[in-house]
Amino acid sequence: MKTRDLSELAVRNLREAVLRNSLTTLGVAVGVASLVAMLSLGVGLQTLASQRLTRSGLFDAVFVTSLRNFRGPRQPPPPDSAAKRESRALDDDARQQLSKLSNVTEVYPQIRFITDVRYVGKSESTSVLGLPDSSRSSGAFEGMTGKYFSSPAAEEAILQLEFAKLLADQPSSLVGKDLTLRYAERAALSKDADDEALLDAMMGSGKPGGISIVPREKTLRIVGITESDPSAGIGGFGGARVYLPLKTAEQLHVAQPDDVQAFLSGNPAKPSYMAMTVRVRSPKDVPQVEAAIKQLGFATFSLLDATKSLRLVFTVFDLFLGLFGSLALTVASLGIINTLVMAILERRREIGILKALGATDRDVRSLFFAEAGAMGLFGGVFGVALGWLIGSALTWGTTIYLHRQNLPGVKISYVPWWLALSAIGFAIIVSLVAGLYPASRAARLNPVEALRYE
Amino acid sequence: MSTAPMLIQAESVSREYRLGETVIRAVDAVSLRIEQGEFLALLGSSGSGKSTLLSMMAGLDRPTSGAIRVRERNLAELEADELARYRRETVGMVFQSFNLLPRMTLEENVELPLRLAEVDRSDRQSRVAEALERVGLAARRQHRPSELSGGEQQRGALARALVNRPAILFADEPTGNLDSVNGEQILLLLREIQHSLGMTIIMVTHERPLAERFANRIAQLSDGRLVSDGAQR
Ligand SMILES: Nc1ncnc2c1ncn2[C@@H]1O[C@H](COP(=O)(O)OP(=O)(O)OP(=O)(O)O)[C@@H](O)[C@H]1O
Ligand SMILES: [Mg+2]
Repeated sequence: MKTRDLSELAVRNLREAVLRNSLTTLGVAVGVASLVAMLSLGVGLQTLASQRLTRSGLFDAVFVTSLRNFRGPRQPPPPDSAAKRESRALDDDARQQLSKLSNVTEVYPQIRFITDVRYVGKSESTSVLGLPDSSRSSGAFEGMTGKYFSSPAAEEAILQLEFAKLLADQPSSLVGKDLTLRYAERAALSKDADDEALLDAMMGSGKPGGISIVPREKTLRIVGITESDPSAGIGGFGGARVYLPLKTAEQLHVAQPDDVQAFLSGNPAKPSYMAMTVRVRSPKDVPQVEAAIKQLGFATFSLLDATKSLRLVFTVFDLFLGLFGSLALTVASLGIINTLVMAILERRREIGILKALGATDRDVRSLFFAEAGAMGLFGGVFGVALGWLIGSALTWGTTIYLHRQNLPGVKISYVPWWLALSAIGFAIIVSLVAGLYPASRAARLNPVEALRYE
Repeated sequence: MSTAPMLIQAESVSREYRLGETVIRAVDAVSLRIEQGEFLALLGSSGSGKSTLLSMMAGLDRPTSGAIRVRERNLAELEADELARYRRETVGMVFQSFNLLPRMTLEENVELPLRLAEVDRSDRQSRVAEALERVGLAARRQHRPSELSGGEQQRGALARALVNRPAILFADEPTGNLDSVNGEQILLLLREIQHSLGMTIIMVTHERPLAERFANRIAQLSDGRLVSDGAQR
């Protein structure tokens, strides 16, 4: 029999026993739906988590500090191989070198200082942090009042909400207003500077050049108030309450605590940084970059281990969700087997007639097989739609709940194309496998006996 | 008659059924030669083996021993697929209980053998119409079997048996479920088909008077054995 005739007959048989077949198809659909809903939850949550985590910049970043910072002046150098290498300052040369490493996308210094912030007569001492432009997309500024910095070197500031509350009763009223930073600027001394003599007197002579610390003021426009702390998460790195564009912060040349130490170790012209952040292309590049940085003689720190265990958790999570979904589909396929075996009993006579009219065993087998496959196809398509609906309902419910908690909504369920297609394919395959036994039993039916059957 | 070519040759055909220890010989060493164009009636009491013999000649069942040659091909030795092809192309069958598929319209029932034989779609409609025309059911083609009388259903079954233009028509008590008027109508149709299409007809029946009126030849079975075989006028 030709495939077209076969499928016409199969569809017609399915249509004619609509109730029974649609119940079976529904069984498949429910199985597929639970599989899809569970996996879409798994995929959705994983996508959500990894998106958030990647954007947070925690897992694709290596934090670099100078080895010097790690030991006190009187401690002997640590006895590992790093000590044999030159202990290096984290200066602009180092920055250049780091940014040339392969798989490194961005290198920026950590510029953080404690300063006085003034706003309409109020003065608060707080920690200020320079933010690289890439933090715009980190997700930390989602839902903030106001806007992100207008340009990478804008003279603008974003305040942390708790801090803003100290300055004004209505924090949102601060947006668009100006505030003043009072800070100490570090400047290299020129030879003929007036205070060179003074400095020489202080530090002892014989040093080339010197540095001066000059009090300065800077007026910045407040552009935004953020609730979350974009720098949080890394021990000690969080806690800043006023944020400036990194370039703006760099141009202030704020005196750093280790400036004096740098000055004493002999290179006052080149300022060094407390720490640098090295962003890599993807979290999997972290170990290689980290090793390369250590090779250069710096101390490093990364959160890669955290992602590794996170991925493990999600893999196990997916496995379990898939397992439950497959269980549901197994039950559904038992339904298919049952329907088709019952159909053989009911349709014995029909099978006998078909055979008497010249149908081969193969024709009969294909017919039952096609019916099973069609139930799988319909059940699969319907099940994917149903699973998507369940997932969407979960997302919808979660979003409502989150809004009640004053949190932004998230998409917790996600049905990618590959999931939809493979779920349908899976349903068809499971149905065909379920149809194997009934189909071959139908094909082997003896026509004489089948026709005698009343 | 003797000039017509030999169509079916049953040679010492037996069919046994085993039920535990007992062996039932439903057909016992029957030899029979049927020429092309004959109308043979198989008579015999219930359980004498008529249906069993017919099934074997129609390629639905295989003999336990002996050979059935149709156009020199031994059905007993054919592969299952070749036997199915024989049923599809050489044989048409009509049963006592009509056996139309209840879920299909009359038209679809008649089209079924054409589907199985992979006849071109473009030819099907005309052949279905032609077959239904022949049995006088052209107007009922959209009806389901349940909407037809017994006589109409049997005529529909006859149309389905004829649509592939088989060489042999097997009919197992085609009038068994019909009243005498409808039964006679069916037999008239069979004779008409025999004459106009030159078809060979082998019919099992209980009703000797009908057999004597319509068949050219009557063979009688008793306990699986052929007890008489003779031409009618
Ligand atoms: N599948 C089977 N298993 C066992 N015995 C069978 C089977 N089929 C038929 N028989 C036996 O074979 C014998 C012949 O049966 P068959 O159906 O050919 O008779 P019949 O002449 O057609 O009778 P009827 O006129 O009642 O239709 C009977 O005794 C029957 O019981
Ligand atoms: Mg019988």
